[in-house]
Amino acid sequence: MIEFQLDETSGVATYLQLVQQIHQALRMGMLELGDRLPTAQQVVAQLAINPNTVHKAYRELEREGLVRARPGLGTFVTRLPSGTDPATQARFLAELTGWLRSARGAGLGPDDVEAIYRTAFRSCFAEGVA
Amino acid sequence: MSAVIQASELGKQYRRAWALRDCTLTIPEGHVVGLVGPNGAGKTTLLRLAAGMLAPTRGTITVLGERPAAGPAQLAQVGFVAQDTPVYAQLTVADHLRLGSWLNPGWDGELARQRIGQLGLDPKQRAGSLSGGQRAQLALTLALGKRPELLILDEPVASLDPLARREFLQGLMEAVAEHGVNIVLSSHLVADLERVCDYLVVLVGSQVRLAGEVGALLASHHRLSGPRRDPGSLPASQQVITESHTDKQSNLLVRTDEPVLDPSWTVRPVSLEDLVLGYLSRARNDAPARRPRLGVVS
Repeated sequence: MIEFQLDETSGVATYLQLVQQIHQALRMGMLELGDRLPTAQQVVAQLAINPNTVHKAYRELEREGLVRARPGLGTFVTRLPSGTDPATQARFLAELTGWLRSARGAGLGPDDVEAIYRTAFRSCFAEGVA
Repeated sequence: MSAVIQASELGKQYRRAWALRDCTLTIPEGHVVGLVGPNGAGKTTLLRLAAGMLAPTRGTITVLGERPAAGPAQLAQVGFVAQDTPVYAQLTVADHLRLGSWLNPGWDGELARQRIGQLGLDPKQRAGSLSGGQRAQLALTLALGKRPELLILDEPVASLDPLARREFLQGLMEAVAEHGVNIVLSSHLVADLERVCDYLVVLVGSQVRLAGEVGALLASHHRLSGPRRDPGSLPASQQVITESHTDKQSNLLVRTDEPVLDPSWTVRPVSLEDLVLGYLSRARNDAPARRPRLGVVS
């Protein structure tokens, strides 16, 4: 059984924090196929959060196809997240590293780079956060 | 979906002063509702009217479709925990449960005993010698043992230390998860509300300044900062809630259902605290329509 931790200063919506922690637990093998997620009541008793927040997180995971709710029994892991294949990850890492080097060569400091990255990240990933 | 609480032009007058005036509000079913507002906004009066402990001077209020305290059946559906979670100091914990079973037709003795056991309270102990947190838990147990459809709590955690507060809210949220009870609670502690509430009502000077589902409210408000400009020049879809300006910069809290596309703004999401503070300060300045004329810097 996993235990959730909340970061109240992160600015990330509580339900998303739960979703991300399940993702991470699946990647790290702390949750495996067939495992049952903590019930809403268990999560609520531990974190003192609204049960609807837990339901929302579990619905999101269900939508992603990672878990399935079985009425009266609980919510179970039905699929592991398909991590992007290592070759693709390596390609993007190399591209980003190259970009960062050229940015530094052009005289940009870490703050400049971070500002650029954040702006670009927001404009790419802003949709779907709401 | 039906309304848990519906108030229309609701008013309550004490002698000459109005504690609540022209309050119109609808609270839908299935939520944990946080009621916030400055002292004197009328929160306690509104909650007591909803619980049927006060009668309105003007206007109407219905709770779960009926007039509050319309009869025994209506009373049995609504639980109320008053400010400072009062209990009877001379009575023991067990006496309180006995009292609960005598006074409430739908009393769930099993639930009450279970909660007392989980909390580790000694049934023989007098309530007067319990800690603040334990007293609050006892008051909550009595309210939950009644198995209400709606539980109203007036500043339930204000006087508790942080650990007792967390434990109280854990118990409350467990009850929501298990029994689906509707909750309306008033609090000044926005961090607590952020955890437990999925519906927010901001009440200032009897008026509802903001009401809605927390997720939707957070998604429809943004903090904008950028070069100074006249808020009057914003798109009509962006409603300015608060604004502050230096000679070079403008900082705004805006409400809009559309994305903010203007690249001159840095757009940040809002927290629940930003929202609450924004609407409270807006109400205090009380001039939403009166905008200072600004030279547009471009």
